[in-house]
Amino acid sequence: MEIAGQQELVMDSSETQLNLEAVREKLAGKTGKEFWRSLEEVAETQEFQAWVEDEFPHRASISEVDRRSFLKYMGASLALAGLSGCRGMFLPQKKIVPYVNQPEELVPGKPLFYATVMSLGGYATGLLVEQATGRPIKIEGNPEHPASLGATDAIMQGALLDFYDPDRSQDILEEGRFGTWDSFLAAARARLAAGGAIRLLTGTIGSPVLAAQIEAFLRQFPSAKWVQYEPGAREGALEGARQAFGRPLNPVYHFREADVVVSLDCDFLGDLPGKLRYARDFADGRRLEGNDRTMNRLYAFESTPGLAGGVADHRWPVRPSEVPAIAQGLWARINAGGDLAEGAGQVPAAVLNSIAKDLMAHRGRSLVLPGEGQPAELHALAHAINAALGSIGTSVTYTQPVEISPEPQAPALRELAGELHAGKVEALIILGGNPAYDAPGDLKFAEAIKKAAFSVHLSLFGDETSALCTWHLPETHFLEAWGDGRAYDGTLSIQQPLIEPLYPTAHSALELLSALRNKPKGGYDLVREHHRAASTFSGDFEKAWRKALHDGFVPGAGAVVAVTPTVTRWAAPAASGEFEVVFKLDPSVHDGRFANNGWMQELPRPWTKLTWDNAALVSPGSAEKLGVQTGQMLEIEQGGAKIVTPVWVLPGQPDGVVTLTLGFGREKCGIIGQEVGHNVYPLRKSDQPWLLTDASVKKGSGQYKFASTQIHHDLGGKDVVRVGTLEEMRANPNFQPAHAHHGGHGDLPSLYPKEIFPEGDLPQWGMTVDMNACIGCNACVTACQAENNTPVVGKSQVARGREMHWIRIDRYYQTDKKSDDPLANPQPVFQPVMCVHCESAPCEPVCPVAATVHSHEGLNQMIYNRCIGTRYCSNNCPYKVRRFNFLDYPHLQKQFTGGERPKLLKLLNNPDVSVRSRGVMEKCTYCVQRINEARIEAKKERRPIRDGEVVTACQQVCPTRAITFGNIADKDSKVAHLRHDPRGYLLLEELNVRPRTTHLAKVRNPNPEIQA
Amino acid sequence: MAQIFKPSANSIARASLVGFALLPVVVGLGAAKLSRSPMNTDVGVAKNQPVAFSHQHHVFELGIDCRYCHTSVEKSAFAGIPPTETCMSCHSQIWTNSPLLEPVRQSYEEQIPLEWNRINDIPAFVNFNHSIHIDRGIQCNTCHGAMQDMHMTEKGRAFQMAWCLDCHRNPERFIYVDEKNPDLSPRQQVFNLYWKYQADEKLTPRELQLIRGKEQFTNNPHEIMEGEQLVKDYGVKRPELADCSICHY
Repeated sequence: MEIAGQQELVMDSSETQLNLEAVREKLAGKTGKEFWRSLEEVAETQEFQAWVEDEFPHRASISEVDRRSFLKYMGASLALAGLSGCRGMFLPQKKIVPYVNQPEELVPGKPLFYATVMSLGGYATGLLVEQATGRPIKIEGNPEHPASLGATDAIMQGALLDFYDPDRSQDILEEGRFGTWDSFLAAARARLAAGGAIRLLTGTIGSPVLAAQIEAFLRQFPSAKWVQYEPGAREGALEGARQAFGRPLNPVYHFREADVVVSLDCDFLGDLPGKLRYARDFADGRRLEGNDRTMNRLYAFESTPGLAGGVADHRWPVRPSEVPAIAQGLWARINAGGDLAEGAGQVPAAVLNSIAKDLMAHRGRSLVLPGEGQPAELHALAHAINAALGSIGTSVTYTQPVEISPEPQAPALRELAGELHAGKVEALIILGGNPAYDAPGDLKFAEAIKKAAFSVHLSLFGDETSALCTWHLPETHFLEAWGDGRAYDGTLSIQQPLIEPLYPTAHSALELLSALRNKPKGGYDLVREHHRAASTFSGDFEKAWRKALHDGFVPGAGAVVAVTPTVTRWAAPAASGEFEVVFKLDPSVHDGRFANNGWMQELPRPWTKLTWDNAALVSPGSAEKLGVQTGQMLEIEQGGAKIVTPVWVLPGQPDGVVTLTLGFGREKCGIIGQEVGHNVYPLRKSDQPWLLTDASVKKGSGQYKFASTQIHHDLGGKDVVRVGTLEEMRANPNFQPAHAHHGGHGDLPSLYPKEIFPEGDLPQWGMTVDMNACIGCNACVTACQAENNTPVVGKSQVARGREMHWIRIDRYYQTDKKSDDPLANPQPVFQPVMCVHCESAPCEPVCPVAATVHSHEGLNQMIYNRCIGTRYCSNNCPYKVRRFNFLDYPHLQKQFTGGERPKLLKLLNNPDVSVRSRGVMEKCTYCVQRINEARIEAKKERRPIRDGEVVTACQQVCPTRAITFGNIADKDSKVAHLRHDPRGYLLLEELNVRPRTTHLAKVRNPNPEIQA
Repeated sequence: MAQIFKPSANSIARASLVGFALLPVVVGLGAAKLSRSPMNTDVGVAKNQPVAFSHQHHVFELGIDCRYCHTSVEKSAFAGIPPTETCMSCHSQIWTNSPLLEPVRQSYEEQIPLEWNRINDIPAFVNFNHSIHIDRGIQCNTCHGAMQDMHMTEKGRAFQMAWCLDCHRNPERFIYVDEKNPDLSPRQQVFNLYWKYQADEKLTPRELQLIRGKEQFTNNPHEIMEGEQLVKDYGVKRPELADCSICHY
């Protein structure tokens, strides 16, 4: 996406051909770099050097003004500068508009919080949404909801931008012409009354009230059939449970009860519906605060680098087809109760022996996780292994499925496509989803839809499917509609709207179905009546209803089902083909439904740090074999379908595996998501949704330019990342490298005082970031963006290094010194970096106008209205955390409006934070607006600010509680304890700038047997 | 050949040399004066409003507490502008036929809010919180001028930053306590003064100064000493009061 008037300038990586062999040589041996962020960094390419030498390379192209004109402009702006003092003369008269009847609970200027849920793929997560005078402004997790515990992921944060997206559909359309709700109902009812094949197509449904409406609809129209299609459907998991237990069940994992975890290609931190809860429990199981020296252990076999592999103690990149053999190897060893001689694929027997031994040593406290993309048989086998290890009932329990209809979706969809192609369908009603874009390529669904005599599409955006349907109806966003949903463990929640629908034309699926049934009702009545009839609540309905709305959930998870799995013998399929192609949902845009969300598009993906794109991920080894480099094209062909997509060489990707991310290359989307990236759905097969074993992969022609942030903002220091093992921690708890000059915390005599606290008993703010807990999920990045009104800048601006995120998560690779190939399996370390609020901040003395100065509470303040944009501060910042508004991003975002100032998006802004304009520097403020709010409330109550009262946006959203914030001058505060934790170290401590943010070293807990 | 210039031309030339030298200073001072004048600041300029509401009548003559209408002044950053319903709580009973109140009745009937012209405004990059100022005993009139005397509402102060800093740097000169009622909390001190004034009690010169919203600070050494004590008692953290991020974020 382009910002108005900016020509494309993206660094061309093809200029410098990267020699991977040279990279390997540089990394090998004792002298090789231990921590690095990109191949370019190791190879020291010209491109990388440009980024090291200049924070914003290629800057000169912005203003090629000659000296004379420059002086003219300077003089003129100096002369006009004084005019800014004459606001009153030039600004228009402002209005102040009170209510007619002010709501009782509303205190003007104070936000209200409402509990609701967001459902994705049929699973709901509890949220607490902040509302300022009637408009939702921030989404937080509901601390009491079991699936959230106060956290959200990046997508849930981004849902707010979706809500205000000016591209949202606002009009009812009939064949592209304006229609009305009444004219639609008249047409639809006539069509339904006529009978014939009626087909209802939805995503995976987990909402009981919507299911009841669908059931009533099917009863009323006997010729109707309900088909579900969800691009990320959990078919393997449900079918696996059916094979093991005879019926589909929903496994719920309890990571607090698990000491040894084996992931069989399962990214439980990124893919599973309970990921937020799992992340919290998993992190709690390895938290090393104080004198705690116990950690769980995670072994991960991964076909694509994911979040779970990123934090694993042992990680093996494997081909997806090898995973069944690994599972069978473990199963055989657990059955045999001892070592066996066969390995599995690239995984040697000794490794499997050690893992099996470790699992058996922790009977009842171990867990084996089958991957979402793996076949049902593997899921069944994993259940059996868990049963054999005695984990069922402790670290894994089973509930009834959350999906209302846990049937396999592919056969029904294939049948529907067949019927449509044959022209047999009279009426096709599509509730949400976008099958014309995201149905597997072999079904040719877009063509099929056109053949339906009458078709309706209810959706948030006018998309590929809407364009093909007779009728398009705007859908209400979840923040403006009633509904309900079940969480990963079966907990029921009511979905409560925060605001009346922005567009009166919009309806929810519930309302549409009830209207089609000739019994039109509002969502509120439908949800209440359903739960009254279903006796969801015990006792007084009104009381229980109000409590459920207030709390955000109905207490009690799904009932635990006692089960014993049966295992059928299963001959695992042999790997075939030189390359296996894996499909993955994108961590930001999911299956493509969030493609029009600028926050999501611009979020650097956890491993690749790619923004505004997807890519075919290949390993360095495979890249050499294919003769491709990052940015070159790859042709992938299978069964007549062919796609051409650019390559991203990713260390850590298994050899022989090409990973494609879904959700890009949208053709009919809003201005943001239109034609961003490459569409890989055409290659997907309805019977093999996640894996192709027989695709042909070869180098294509052409070059593509990516915008990745992984080589921006290089710290260039030594000892930036500290990682060690639990074993090493005993000897050197700080993992302090031998070459470090300074003592960890005052070990050596120093002329400087230990801490600088100015006069008075003021709180001194500080933060700790526990890299041992961080999983690199990016939730904090988006939460910060939402809280602090940070703009989206677009792909070409990111490529110039102008991304505005106040937090970045640096992904470092740690070279595997023991391996022959240092690029095959480097271990990643995620390090969140934001302004560390140095006590002697280098940015402050260089500012000519004192726009950045220190507060008495130790904040490095940034005063926007004083900033004149010299960028000296950013130049002098060793941490590279300052961000400059090169353009008037909030007002110039062409992508939102086609050039006009986006009025609707103004509603999105946090009223407590200034919106910055062009020419102004900004950076992390430690959420000073939240500090000030807490200080004022504390003062009014005549008490000091309590520990934990100020919660920064990044801290609040973090699923693993990696970030702690508070008063470091208070020796009893949590942050003060963590700051003096033995693992604590200061980034670039040798500069003696005295950061207020302490990073806590990452600790791994490898199995000593495997390490050897 | 006759002289072109008369002898007086010398004086004129000298004077204009001085004049040219002084011109930038004069222009500068003029501009500074202009920017501080009501033309720019709107101080003391009454604005047209949809309803001719008189603070003088409601506050002084009738004695209605500020908080009856500005309900959130003690709770929130924003003092609150009364909803039409608040007006109608009385005016459904009294002055029900007054033509002056026609817009209010109309707003209530049609459920369309009244649109007032904003009098007091600060730039978007400044965050001002009413509740903490009230809680620290800062009089409404200190910033808003003599509200109880305004028939038509006007701006009392220019809200220029230097003026804010006067108090944020020297809070002891601005904090006041009623010597007859020293036990009242700072917040109660604020509203007590209006009641005293409204009840026509005898006010001290300092109190008169405060209620008139004129020069608010004191130079009286005794009052400053007292102010120092109050700063301590109220827990005002003086060093951080003038930190940038107290108002700008």
